[in-house]
Amino acid sequence: MLRDTERRGSRQLRIRIVQFCFVSLALLVFLGAGDESARVNDLGHRMMCVCGCNQILMECNHVGCAYSSRMRNELVAAIDRGDNDDLVLQGFVQKYGTTVIAAPTTKGFNRVAWIMPYLALVGGLTGVVLIVRAWRTRPLLVPAGGAAPLRGVELDSYREQARKETEGV
Amino acid sequence: MSQIGSFALLLALALSVYSFLAGVLSLVLKGPGSDRLGETARRAGIATCGLVALAATVLVTAAFQNDFSIAYIFHHSNRDLPAPYKFATLWSGQEGSLLFWSLLLSIYGLVLRMRHKTDRRLFAHASVIIAAVQIFFLLLMNFAANPFGIIQGTLPADGAGLNPLLQYPEMVIHPPMLYLGYVGFTVPFAFALGALIMRYPGEKWIHITRRWTMVTWAFLTCGIFLGAHWAYSVLGWGGYWGWDPVENASLMPWLTGTAFLHSVMMQEKRGMLKTWNVWLIFTTFMLSIFGTLLTRSGLVSSVHAFAQSSIGDWFVIFLAIIFSVCLVFYVKNRSHLRSEHRLESLVSRESSFLFNNLLLLVACFTVLWGTLFPKLSELVNGTKITVGPPFFNRVNIPVALLLLLLTGVGPLLAWRKTSFDSLKRNFRWPALGALATGALLVALGMRPWQDMSYVYSLMTIMLSVLVGLTVISEFVRGGLVIRRHTGQNLFASMVHLAHRNTRRYGGYIVHFGVIVIMIGFAGSAFNQDTEKEMSFGDKMNIGSYTLVCQSYTQEDKPNYGSEWAILQVFKNGKQIDTLYPERRFFKASEQNSTIVANRSTLKEDLYVVYEGQNPVTGRPIIKAHLNPLVMWIWIGVWVMIVGTVVALIPNAVPARVVVPARMETAPVGAGD
Repeated sequence: MLRDTERRGSRQLRIRIVQFCFVSLALLVFLGAGDESARVNDLGHRMMCVCGCNQILMECNHVGCAYSSRMRNELVAAIDRGDNDDLVLQGFVQKYGTTVIAAPTTKGFNRVAWIMPYLALVGGLTGVVLIVRAWRTRPLLVPAGGAAPLRGVELDSYREQARKETEGV
Repeated sequence: MSQIGSFALLLALALSVYSFLAGVLSLVLKGPGSDRLGETARRAGIATCGLVALAATVLVTAAFQNDFSIAYIFHHSNRDLPAPYKFATLWSGQEGSLLFWSLLLSIYGLVLRMRHKTDRRLFAHASVIIAAVQIFFLLLMNFAANPFGIIQGTLPADGAGLNPLLQYPEMVIHPPMLYLGYVGFTVPFAFALGALIMRYPGEKWIHITRRWTMVTWAFLTCGIFLGAHWAYSVLGWGGYWGWDPVENASLMPWLTGTAFLHSVMMQEKRGMLKTWNVWLIFTTFMLSIFGTLLTRSGLVSSVHAFAQSSIGDWFVIFLAIIFSVCLVFYVKNRSHLRSEHRLESLVSRESSFLFNNLLLLVACFTVLWGTLFPKLSELVNGTKITVGPPFFNRVNIPVALLLLLLTGVGPLLAWRKTSFDSLKRNFRWPALGALATGALLVALGMRPWQDMSYVYSLMTIMLSVLVGLTVISEFVRGGLVIRRHTGQNLFASMVHLAHRNTRRYGGYIVHFGVIVIMIGFAGSAFNQDTEKEMSFGDKMNIGSYTLVCQSYTQEDKPNYGSEWAILQVFKNGKQIDTLYPERRFFKASEQNSTIVANRSTLKEDLYVVYEGQNPVTGRPIIKAHLNPLVMWIWIGVWVMIVGTVVALIPNAVPARVVVPARMETAPVGAGD
């Protein structure tokens, strides 16, 4: 009885520790507060330079690039004006076209871009679990009248299997 | 000279066709003549190699002789191009790189055909399939992209020059490595398809294929990381991976190839996943071809698709043919691929391989999906969008972290079934080590709550420590058992252990390399950069470094003119180095290129780019990046190569030892 109570207590303690870890992790992830330069950096990394270099706006390093410096200045000005992130990005899309955004948006057909990888992961995981379950319950073929003693080639094949499975022990 | 090359390619095509047809007939027809016909097919395949090599030699010789009557040489070389780059002309443009692909394929084919005595019938099937692939590339070169095309009209005095971005020492070895990887996957593909066609009994073909796959995989790994190093050193944006379509093209077959190298063990050991393995290797080969399609066709826009043309249609047709052939033979012979055993537990080595394969394939699918989505979006919405690094990082980093976790867990699971107690026993210390590392990093100033990238970085380092400790504990535990038997010191015992099962312990070394690379990647969350117009005596601060501009200088060389800055590097008030970031102007192509100055240490890279002069003020601009832990990536690659080489060494015959009265406990998860 005492052992049961102890076991239950230690189980609850373990659950508590796991809960604590999850809450701490959530706090770590979501409590970040950004200043203006962090916003410039963040938004600048969500856009591409449109000069044709295929680089993230904040990483374009072409001297004399007709776009990157101007775009960075526009970004700083938009943030100084007090525009929120969506408004800033929208302004850039209107001016430079949809290709200025470095990743698909989460609207309309573009949502599919984000959904598919996760769908593949979930579908794959489900598939693997189903396969494992099917394999585990798959009946093994046993000859009628019980297993006969093994001889010859069959015995050799089992020996070979045992060798392979214990290789390196 | 061009006529010799053209003729060699035409003859090579004829011989390849003969090799294919005679090979097929010798396999289909029964009778005394079929063996002799098969032998002629094999010899025709060998002769093809000689002719393609002749064509390649002609092209390289033309580059060295500045034969600008050949259009390819005119477009990719010039008189003052240094000798190593003249050699690299062979793979610098479309026609040349197709010839180079064909040359490598014929060399792989030569090795395969020379080793035909290992298993005549299986090798004959593989030889026929390689001949079929060779025919495709020779058809392309003879009818769509001839490397020996002649310039009409007046002969130009000098060539247009090689792309400046390609004039860097690594570009002499990066493409060959990458191509050895791409082309090499033809061989396991040929064996897999051949084994399926002939309903090959047993798993011998897997043993033969595994070695080829490992070598190919190692080449592809080297190629990918050499490319990353080249991008880091030449492009000057401070990074090594930009999720560019061409980079993605090389990553996809690497991911499926890695999945195959893991899942193939299940077939060898337990006779399971046969269909899966066959399709994995088919997919890997098709992705290699698809990579070439992406690079060559202009299907997607890329900064380093160095050659584009309309040969994309040829590749689409070729891919459709490959897929159809694979599907037909799979449907016809799928009964041959039934699993021999069942899976007994979800907590077993088999399950870990299944999950590992799943994650690698999801990563591959994500890369493929992201690469092609702009095209799909354009088709559906009519508007083009960009799928850049934010998408790939957000989707792939969690998958990579799960893979990293499995890298630690998988090898400690036993085949068939692992008990929870054994799991707990084996993971207690590595898990505590990982948690302690996390706590230490936070105590040292890592602030994961400030940015999601810091969370990923912290998790990557913690999981890397977990994997590292499990790998080390595997070596130490096995080494201790050997030491007790042999009396050697621990290190010698571990070497002995690795030699007894090279594949398993080589694999662990590869895993160790992977975690070193992952730690290097984790550093990117803390990159810093700054940019300043700097005149003589001006200072720039970045991290704990101060850069002081000493002077600027210029030099004129035959191939290019260059200007560079001389910057003194100070740390804590003491001069520790001088850096020379450079900017080159290539005369023939009239293009600029940067040569980065990099002070690399284990802790961080001080990476300085001379960006040229501000067109308005006329003042030189210096951009400095501080990139932590980048050197770990390059070290990790070397560790992976060492691990692959160890895994390729044949096992030593285990020494006979007297069985002690008390049986020693084998390391958990014994076997591969």
